[in-house]
Amino acid sequence: MSAFPLTRLLDNASTIFLALLAAFAIAIPVLNLLVPAGSGLHVSTYLVALFGKYICYAMLALSIDLIWGYAGILSLGHGAFFALGGYAMGMYLMRQIGARGVYANPILPDFMVFLNWQELPLYWYGFNHFAYAALMIVLVPGLVAFVFGWFAFRSRVTGVYLSIITQAMTYALMLGFFRNNFGFGGNNGLTDFKDILGFNVQAEGTRNALLVVSCLALALSFLICRTIVTSKFGKVLVAIRDAEARTRFLGYRVEAYKLFVFTLSACMAGVAGALYVPQVGIINPGEFAPANSIEAVIWVAVGGRGTLTGAVLGAFVVNYAKTFFTSGWLAPYWLFVLGGLFVAVTLLLPRGIVGTFEWWHERRAEKKITALPASAPHAAE
Amino acid sequence: MRSFYDRIVALVLVAGILFGGATVARAGAYEDALAGFTTDSFGDTADAIDSLAASGDPRTGLLLEALKDQRLLYSVEAKKVFIKDQSDKLTDAATGEAVATPPSDIENVRLNNRVRGMIDAALGSLTLMAKEPGRRLDAAQAVFKSRDSSALHNVDKAREKETDPRVKKALTEARAAIILYSGDSSSPEDKIAAIAVIRDRGDQDALGLVDGLPSDLPPAVRQAAASASAKIQGNLALWSAIQNAWYGLSLGSVLLLAAIGLAITFGVMGIINMAHGEMVMLGAYTTFVVQEFIRARNPTLFDYSLVIAVPLAFVVSGAVGIAIERSIIRFLYGRPLETLLATWGLSLILQQAIRTIFGPTNKEVGNPSWMSGAFDLGGITITYNRLWIICFTLAVFVALLGMLRFTRLGLEMRAVTQNRSMAAAMGIRTARIDALTFGLGSGIAGIAGVALSQIDNVSPNLGQGYIIDSFMVVVFGGVGNLWGTLVGAFTLGIANKFLEPYAGAVLGKIAILVLIILFIQKRPRGMFALKGRAVEA
Amino acid sequence: MEPKTTSALLYLDAITVSFDGFKALNELSFVIEPREMRAIIGPNGAGKTTMMDVITGKTRPDSGDVFFEQGSYDLSKLDETEIAELGIGRKFQKPTVFDMHSVEDNLLLALKNDRSVRATLIWENTSSQQNRIHEILDTIRLKNMRSRVAGSLSHGQKQWLEIGMLLAQGPKLLLVDEPVAGMTDAETLQTAELLKDINRDRTVIVVEHDMAFVRELGVKVTCLHEGSVLAEGTIDQVSTNDRVVEVYLGR
Repeated sequence: MSAFPLTRLLDNASTIFLALLAAFAIAIPVLNLLVPAGSGLHVSTYLVALFGKYICYAMLALSIDLIWGYAGILSLGHGAFFALGGYAMGMYLMRQIGARGVYANPILPDFMVFLNWQELPLYWYGFNHFAYAALMIVLVPGLVAFVFGWFAFRSRVTGVYLSIITQAMTYALMLGFFRNNFGFGGNNGLTDFKDILGFNVQAEGTRNALLVVSCLALALSFLICRTIVTSKFGKVLVAIRDAEARTRFLGYRVEAYKLFVFTLSACMAGVAGALYVPQVGIINPGEFAPANSIEAVIWVAVGGRGTLTGAVLGAFVVNYAKTFFTSGWLAPYWLFVLGGLFVAVTLLLPRGIVGTFEWWHERRAEKKITALPASAPHAAE
Repeated sequence: MRSFYDRIVALVLVAGILFGGATVARAGAYEDALAGFTTDSFGDTADAIDSLAASGDPRTGLLLEALKDQRLLYSVEAKKVFIKDQSDKLTDAATGEAVATPPSDIENVRLNNRVRGMIDAALGSLTLMAKEPGRRLDAAQAVFKSRDSSALHNVDKAREKETDPRVKKALTEARAAIILYSGDSSSPEDKIAAIAVIRDRGDQDALGLVDGLPSDLPPAVRQAAASASAKIQGNLALWSAIQNAWYGLSLGSVLLLAAIGLAITFGVMGIINMAHGEMVMLGAYTTFVVQEFIRARNPTLFDYSLVIAVPLAFVVSGAVGIAIERSIIRFLYGRPLETLLATWGLSLILQQAIRTIFGPTNKEVGNPSWMSGAFDLGGITITYNRLWIICFTLAVFVALLGMLRFTRLGLEMRAVTQNRSMAAAMGIRTARIDALTFGLGSGIAGIAGVALSQIDNVSPNLGQGYIIDSFMVVVFGGVGNLWGTLVGAFTLGIANKFLEPYAGAVLGKIAILVLIILFIQKRPRGMFALKGRAVEA
Repeated sequence: MEPKTTSALLYLDAITVSFDGFKALNELSFVIEPREMRAIIGPNGAGKTTMMDVITGKTRPDSGDVFFEQGSYDLSKLDETEIAELGIGRKFQKPTVFDMHSVEDNLLLALKNDRSVRATLIWENTSSQQNRIHEILDTIRLKNMRSRVAGSLSHGQKQWLEIGMLLAQGPKLLLVDEPVAGMTDAETLQTAELLKDINRDRTVIVVEHDMAFVRELGVKVTCLHEGSVLAEGTIDQVSTNDRVVEVYLGR
C-alpha cells in the first residue's frame, strides 16, 4: 500500500475532527485531575462522566450514519445493538462484584439469589473473564445483526418496511429483557457495579480513563468508517442508497454489501454500549425502547447524515441540549423541543448542520469553476 | 349469616314435612343415633351422622347445622345431647325442650375433616328437596362433588319428584358420581351407565371423576372410563379453543380498530404516520372530556356519552390530522423516511401537550351501563364491552369500505392514490383530496380511541402501545388493501391468543413479532399484496 | 439445467407473464443471434418492458423458457446479479445513473471487475482501469464532464453516460430501453452512431418508439403487440405490414 490511502482517508474535516478529539481526550482529564477544585478551569467528575456518555452516544450516531447516511438503511432499532453490548459489559461487571453483593454469593449476582436461582445460567459462564466479555460485546450484537440482516436483505425488505421491522425487533427484545426468567435482572437490569479490571468504577481516575478509552474508540470507529466510505466499497454503498435496483443490474450483490455494513455498524454500536454502561453505572431494558433508537437517528439527522463528522456533532449538540433542558425548570418543555427538532430538521434542514455547510461550500467552489472560460462545449450542440 | 341460618331452619322444616311418611316408618332412629355423639369418638360421630342422614327425621338438619357450627354439646353423665342456639340457649336435642341448668360435664362434640365432609354431604342431600330450584341445584352439585354414598337414597327420592330439567340433570349426574365411587355395592353395568352420564357432562370435574377411578375395577368399566376420558378431553379442548378464538376475535377487533386508520394513511396514501397512535389517544381524551362534561351538567345522559363522543372524536382527530397534513406532511411526499421522523417528532409533541393539559396520570373513563356485565354462552363467558367493540369495529370497517366505494370523495381518493397526475388532469384537486384522506384516516383513529377508552387506560402514552402493533397488522395484511387489514388483524389477534397458553403473554407477543418479521421476509408486501407494475411506482 | 441446442445468443420460447390476470406477455417467442442488433417496437402495453424484465431477472415468467449463450444458461432460474455477471447489461427507459457520484465514479462502478465485498474494500485505483475509463469517456463524448456530479448532467448526457456504463460492464448482450426519448434530432443521430459503434463487437437489443431512429439503425425489427410477436423483418417490411399499421403506426 502506498501513502495514497492516508491522504484519501484524512481530508480537512477529518483531520480537524481527530485533532479536536485528541485535545478533548487530553484536556478533560488534565482539567479534572490536575486543576484544583476551586479553580474556574476545573472540570467536575460529574462532567467527566457526562462527556464520556456523549462520546458513547457519538459512536452510536456514527454507526447509524454509516448505514443510513451511506447505504440508505434507516434502522429504528440500533439502540438494541447498543444495549446488547451494554448488557455484555454489564454481565462482566456483575461477575466482578463477587461476594460483595447484598447476598454475598460469590458466584450468583444478587438478582439471581433474590429469585432463588441455584446456579448460574449457562450463558453467564465466561463473563468473569474480561477478554471473553470483550469478545461477546462485539460478537453478540454482530451476530444478531447478521441473522436479522441476512433474512431482511436477502428478501429485499427495504425502506420503511425495514425501519418498521427493526423497530419491532428492538421492541421484542425489550419485552424479553423485562422478564425475570430471561436471566438479565428483569426490570431493574444490571447495576451496583464495583470495579472494572480491578479499578473502582466510581473512582475519579477510572472515570477519566474510561473517557479516554471512549475517545480512542470513537477515533478508531471514525477511521474505520472513513476507510469504508472512501473505498470503492463506499461508492457502492452510495450507489445502493441512491439506486438500489441499478446497482443490482451492474452485478453487485447488494444484500452482501448491506449485510456487511449493517453487521459492522451493529458491532460498533455494541462497543459504544459497552463503554457507556460503566460510565453511567446501570443497564436496564429501557435501553431497548424503540424511542431511544429513533432519538439516536435524530442526532444523525441534525448533524447531517452522510457526513461522519456531522453524526458526531449531532450527538453532542442534541444531547447537550437535552442535558440543558432536562436539568432545570425547562424540563417539561424538553419533549416539545425534541419533537420540534424532528419536524424542523426534516422540513428545513434535511442535510443537517455539516451537510448544509458542505453543500454551501461546494456550491461556492463550483461557481468558481464554471466561472472559468473554456468549459467544454456541450457534446451535442 | 343470621338469615342464612333461618333459611336452613325453614328448609329443614319443609324437608321434614315432605319426608313425613318416612319419619313415621322409622320413628326412634333419630333418638338412637344421638347416642353416637356422646362417646367422644370420631368413628361413632361419623356413624351417628350416617344414621341421622338415613333417618329422614325433620330435626336432622337443625342438628347437623349445630354440629357443623360447633354448637352441639353432650354430657356423658346425662347421656344427652344439647343444641346451643345463636343466643347461647341450650335445648335438648332429643326432646326439643329448653334446658335451664346444663349438666356440669358438658362438652362440645369434636370434629375432624372427615366428619366435616360427612356433615356437608349429609346437609347437601337434605337440601336436595329445597323449594328454590337454585338451592336444589347447588345441593345436587355439592353431592356430585362429595359423591357421598349415604346421600344416594335422598338423591333417588329427589330425582323422582324433580320437575326442573336442570336440577334433574344435576341430580342424575350426582347419582352417577355416587354409583361410580360406591365400591362393589353396584354392578359393573350400573357403573358403565354412570360413566355415560358423567361423560355427557363433559367438564373439568367430570374428567377428574373419570380419571380418578380406582384401578381395581372390572376391565369393561375401566375401558368405558378410558373412552369417556378421551371424549371429555376432546370436549374440553373444543371449548377452550372456542374461548381462545373469542379472546382472539376480541383482540383482533382492537387491533383492527387501531390499524384501520393506518390502513388509509399508510396503506392507501403511503404516509408513515408515527403519530397515528396519538390520534387514537386524542379520541380517548375526547371521550374523557365528554364524560366529564356530562357528569357535571347532566348525569342522566351518561349512557349516551359514547354516542356523543364518537362524532366528536372523529372531528377532533380528523381536524388535527388535516392540520398536520397541511403544515408538515405535504412537504414530505415521496420522502417516506423523513415523514417517519417528522411524524415521530409530532407524536412527542402531542403526547407532551396532553400531559401538560391533563396531567400524566390515567384518566377515569366510565363504561355506560349497556357496556357493563357479561353473559354465558356454552362453556365460555362473554363480556358486553368486548362484544360491542367487535360489532363497532365491523361497523366502522363496513362504513369505511362503503365510503371508499360509493361516494364521490371515495372515488376521488382512489383516483388520486392510483394515478396522481392523471387525477389532477381530470380536474380533481389532489391537494384537497390528500388533506381529506389523511383527515379521514386520523378521524377513524379518533373513533378507535373512543372504543379503546373502554378497555384500556386513558393516559398520554395510550397511543404508543398500539403503533407497532398497528403497523404490523397493516404490513402483514398487505399494504393498500382494507380486506387484508381485516384478515391481518384477526389472524394476529387469534394467533396471539392461541400462543398465550403455551408461551405466556409476553413470550407470545414476542413470538408473534418474530413470526411477522419472518413473514415479511417471505412476502415483503404482505398477505394480499398488489402485483405488477403499480407496486414499483 | 436442461441443455438446449440453439445457435442463438438469446432464446425466448413461449414466455407468459401475467399480473393479476392481465397477460403482459403471452406466449412470446423470438431469438437473437450473436452480434445481431435488433430493434423492438410496439404500442404501449405491448410487453416490451416486461420482456426486458424477464431477460434481466427482475420478473420471473409464469411459463416458458429463456436461454442465454447457445442455451447454456436458463435465465428464468437466476437473479438480477447473476444475470448481470453473465454479461447482460440493461439501460433503463428512464436514465438511472448514480446522481450523487461523479461521471468517472459512475463508470468505475460499472467497470468489469471483481464485485465482491472484499474486493471493493481493498480496492486500489490502477492505471489500466483509468485508461479504460478514458476510452469510454471518449466514446460517449463526456470527457470534459468526468468530475461533474452525474445528477447535474443534461438528459441526453445521462443517456450516454448510461450507455457508457453498459460498455464498461463489457457485456455480451446490451438491452437498451428507449435511448433517444427526449433527445434532440442531432443527439438522436449521434446515439444511433454510438449504438452502431457498440454493435461492432456486441449484441444489442433496442426498444424504441422513434421510427426515424429505428430506420437510422437499419436493422431487423420485431413488432410486439399484446405480449406476443406481431411482425418481424426489415423496417420496410414491418412498416407496411397491414396489422402493424392497424395497431401501431396508425392509418
